[in-house]
Amino acid sequence: MAITVIPFGPQHPVLPEPIHLTLKVEDEIVKEAIPALGYVHRGLERLVEIRDYHQMITVCERVCGICSMIHGTCYSQCIEELMDIEVTDRAKMLRVIWSELHRMHSHLLWLGLFADAFGFEALFMQFWKVRERIMDINEATAGSRVIVSVNIIGGVRADLSPEQLRWILSELDIAEKEIKDMQNTIMNDYTVKTRTCGIGVLSYDQAYELGAAGPTLRGSGVASDMRMNGYGAYGELDIEPIIETAGDCWARCTVRFREVLQSIDLVRQAISKLPEGELAVKVKGNPPEGEVYARVEQPRGECVYYIKGNGTKNLDRLRIRTPTFANIPPLLTMLPECELADVPVIVLSIDPCISCTER
Amino acid sequence: MQGKVIDVTIDTIVGEVMNMKNDGQRFVTFSTYQEAEGKLGILYHFDKDLEDTHLRLVVDMDKPIPSVSGVYFAAMLVENEIRDQWDVKFDGLVLDFNRTLFLDPEVTQVPLVSNVKIQPKK
Repeated sequence: MAITVIPFGPQHPVLPEPIHLTLKVEDEIVKEAIPALGYVHRGLERLVEIRDYHQMITVCERVCGICSMIHGTCYSQCIEELMDIEVTDRAKMLRVIWSELHRMHSHLLWLGLFADAFGFEALFMQFWKVRERIMDINEATAGSRVIVSVNIIGGVRADLSPEQLRWILSELDIAEKEIKDMQNTIMNDYTVKTRTCGIGVLSYDQAYELGAAGPTLRGSGVASDMRMNGYGAYGELDIEPIIETAGDCWARCTVRFREVLQSIDLVRQAISKLPEGELAVKVKGNPPEGEVYARVEQPRGECVYYIKGNGTKNLDRLRIRTPTFANIPPLLTMLPECELADVPVIVLSIDPCISCTER
Repeated sequence: MQGKVIDVTIDTIVGEVMNMKNDGQRFVTFSTYQEAEGKLGILYHFDKDLEDTHLRLVVDMDKPIPSVSGVYFAAMLVENEIRDQWDVKFDGLVLDFNRTLFLDPEVTQVPLVSNVKIQPKK
C-alpha cells in the first residue's frame, strides 16, 4: 500500500492554536506523525534580561492565559524561596482558591472543545455555560476573567471578603449541580463512547517512560499529581490524585471531568480553612541569588520552573517547561495505527496549549 | 535546590541516565544555564514518587553533547529546544530538527547567546 503524506494543521478547526503534524498515512491508518512547532514562539524566557524579578510575574502570567494564575504562583514561590520570604497562610490559601478556579474553567473549556471536536455541539454549549459562572467569579474577585494577576512577590494583592466567599460557595453549588447533570452524558453517551473508548491508547508504562504529565499521565493509571507535594497550602487540604486506567481518550476526558468536581471540593475546603492574616509580607533584602527548581500542577499537568538568580534585580536564567511540551512525545506514540478520522480527537485529548509550549 | 544533585561528565552522562531509567525514574525535563563564557550547564531532572533527582553536566558549547534521546525518547524534544536556544549540537539525536524546532530556517541569531550570528539554513 502506498504511503500518503497528509499535513494536519497548523490551522485546523479542532486546534485553537497552531501546531503542524506531518501524518504518514497508509489507506486510512496513520503510520507516523512528525510534529513541527514554532508558529507562536515568543522567546519570553529571555525577557529576564530586561525585566526585573518583580515585573517577570506579569510575563510568566502571560506564558499561558488559561493557566496564568498557576504560572504566577509558581514563579512567586520560586522567588520567595530564593529570598527566604515566608508568605502568610492566608495568602497561600487564597492562591489555592484562585488556582482551583483556574483549573475548573480550563477543564470546562476543554470539555466543551472536546465535545465540539466530535460534533456534540449541545454538550459544548452546556460546558461553556457553566464555565461562564467561574469566569464571573474571577471577574468579580480579581477584576479580570482570565488573567487574574493576583500574585505578587510575598503574597497576593487581592482579598476575598466574607460576602464574596459566601457568594462563591453558592455559585459553586449551582455549578456543581449543572456539571453533575452532564456526567451521564460525557461518560456514558453512545456517541461519546464510540468516539473516545479505545482511541489513542497510552499504556501505563508508555505514559511513565515518555514523561507524560497531568490528565494524560493519570488517564493511564499513574497516580502522580504535583499537588500531593503539598506546595503552597495544598498540604493542609485533603486531596488524592484522580486516575483512570484505560489510557484512552475517554479516560483522559473522565479524569478532567472528575477533576472539575475535585476542584470545587478543594475550593470549599480552602474557604473553610481560610485563616485570618495579612495578604502580603514586605519584600526586604538583596535580590534573588542562587538556583531553584519547582514543580506545580497546572490544569494540563506538571509545570516546571528553574530559576537562577545572580543577586541583581535581573535573573540569570528562567526556564519553564510546560505540560503540553511533556505531552507531545506521548502524542506521537498515540497516533500510529489510529484512523485518520480520530486524529483530531486524539490531538485534543492531550489538551494542547501551544503558546505555552513555545513560550 | 530541592532534590539530590549528582555531577556528571560528558563521558558518564548517558550511563548515568541509563541508571536513572533502570532505577524507575520518570524523565521530567532538562534546564540549561550559562555556566561561564563558552560553557553551558545542563540539569537533567528526574522524578520518582515525587522525589526529585538532578544530574548536572557542564560542557563546552562548541563540542557535541551525547544525546540521551536513545534512552528516553521524550528527551528528543528538549534536546532540539536546547539546540535552538544555545546553538549546541547533540550526538545521536533520534529526531534532529537541525535548529528549526522553534526557529525559522532564515534566523541567524541564537536566542540565548548574545552577539553570535550563525549561517541561515538553506
